[in-house]
Amino acid sequence: MNTITNRQIICEVLMERAKADRDIVVLCSDSRGSASLAPFAKAFPEQFVEVGIAEQDLVGISAGLAKMGKKVYAASPASFLSTRSYEQVKVDCAYSGTNVKLIGISGGVSYGALGMSHHSAQDIAAMAAIPGMRVYLPSDRFQTRRLFEALLADEKPAYIRTGRNAVEDTYSQASCPFEMDRATVVCEGTDALIVACGEMVRPAKDAAALLKAEGISAAVLDMYCVKPLDAEGLLSCAAGKRLVATVEEHSPFGGLGSMVAQVIGANDPKRVVNLSLPDAPVVTGTSKEVFDYYGLNAEGIARAVRQKL
Amino acid sequence: MQNLKALSYRLRQNVVEIIMAGRAGHIGGDMSVMEILVALYFHAMNISPENRDDPNRDMFVMSKGHCVEALYAVLAEKGFFPIEKVIGEYSRFASPFIGHPNNKLPGIEMNSGSLGHGLPVAIGMALAQRMDGRSSRTYVVMGDGELAEGSVWEGAMSATQYRLDNLCAVVDRNRLQISGSTEEVMHQDSVEARFAAFGWGVLSVDGNDVDALCAAFDAAKRTSGKPTLIVANTTKGKGSAVMENKADWHHHVPSMEEYGQIMADLKAREAALSRQAEVPGGCGERGARE
Repeated sequence: MNTITNRQIICEVLMERAKADRDIVVLCSDSRGSASLAPFAKAFPEQFVEVGIAEQDLVGISAGLAKMGKKVYAASPASFLSTRSYEQVKVDCAYSGTNVKLIGISGGVSYGALGMSHHSAQDIAAMAAIPGMRVYLPSDRFQTRRLFEALLADEKPAYIRTGRNAVEDTYSQASCPFEMDRATVVCEGTDALIVACGEMVRPAKDAAALLKAEGISAAVLDMYCVKPLDAEGLLSCAAGKRLVATVEEHSPFGGLGSMVAQVIGANDPKRVVNLSLPDAPVVTGTSKEVFDYYGLNAEGIARAVRQKL
Repeated sequence: MQNLKALSYRLRQNVVEIIMAGRAGHIGGDMSVMEILVALYFHAMNISPENRDDPNRDMFVMSKGHCVEALYAVLAEKGFFPIEKVIGEYSRFASPFIGHPNNKLPGIEMNSGSLGHGLPVAIGMALAQRMDGRSSRTYVVMGDGELAEGSVWEGAMSATQYRLDNLCAVVDRNRLQISGSTEEVMHQDSVEARFAAFGWGVLSVDGNDVDALCAAFDAAKRTSGKPTLIVANTTKGKGSAVMENKADWHHHVPSMEEYGQIMADLKAREAALSRQAEVPGGCGERGARE
């Protein structure tokens, strides 16, 4: 069982690079502990900016630093970062074209028992609707590392959502195929395609194994790049399948499911079923309890595919 | 050597031409902010078309982005683009000369328009200048109505937390916003005390007096350990009785009759200031950066 969180990996990658690259700057809004960035703050105090509990300031300052050539990584709970500072993201980052990487930590229902104020079930929709804003939801620690290595090499803004808890590995140290902005085929199949992102990829992979045992062949596609959605990879995987199922830790509107349905509907019409959180205040509990309640687990995904196929 | 007082009135005429041609614009604030921009671009700041990509240039953010017509007039005078191009293209289809600053244009660093954004952005710039050991400075101009935005106060806190003495913010205190008096809409009467309470160095000057503004910017450069706020007490619509201190001139395109009167008033004022004997060494005549 994996105990290393994706946020720890983010800190690790940034610390490795910050030694040689003095332009890497990390900002937190009283969130260095939650973001696992306290080691960075301690090791690189000159490359760390604390703004206090002020998310608008966080993103505005980030944009100003980036305008001057800094490679900026701003981390704050996804619930606040994606809505409280939304206009700063739109105007100061996307519109002004500043190299700010926004890291939404404790995303989705990571703060399950804290209630709707702390859930971010709208961040994909909100961020994806901003022209020029990219949205990434890495699935496991290995992919998180590859993604951040790629993000360090570009100069455009992006929003990255990561969860609070350690997630089971989808890939391995030895094998983590990754190409920037291209979805990763987790497993091949012939009957159905399951498209997932973030923490839902591993349950999707497990669902495919359950289905295989009963004779249903399901492919799984890890769409970590929700925007720009890899439409080519999606259509290639969806070709010949009878059903496309999407799975996401997000509202039913404007997230992965909506975007996948848009591409499938326009190019290769077939049944698309969207598994997501409900359009309602989410039940509270640990994130696992929440996922189980809404069928966002291997059994629930397998059941949906079986029923709709 | 340039007479900056007379220049401010000549540039006001260009603003009126931009607004007449484009049939849009925030004329009242353009007129109140003019001396602030002239003092910045022709005295305080190290910025020109030649050094616009130099990492050591001073940085400027027009947080009250709706007064972009005044900024266009000043940038054109600095040589960033021809004024004829602004007058010909402002507010036209697909033109880069839109109603708020956008950084597709040379000389404009950041896109703005939504109020309350500029101060945090300027703080990020000032932090970067300090991280890189540069002696350059960052300037931001806000409106007084804008101070009702909460993000301004988030920035007011962090600027002093980081002791950003390379940051100078200006409030164009014209005491009017679109709905009427700032004091009636959301009172700002103690703006000096408010920023001072946050730890800022505060200067309050006649914001339509170029000499006073130049002296304030010089004083800000000498201040260490804290950012400076200059409260520039201005008159909205400054330059002609037709529009001075009138809330409904926040954005208003003059009629031909009003246009004639305003241009006559501005020309007369420019001529009077041009003739006026300048105090030798006075800022109004100094022009070039020290």
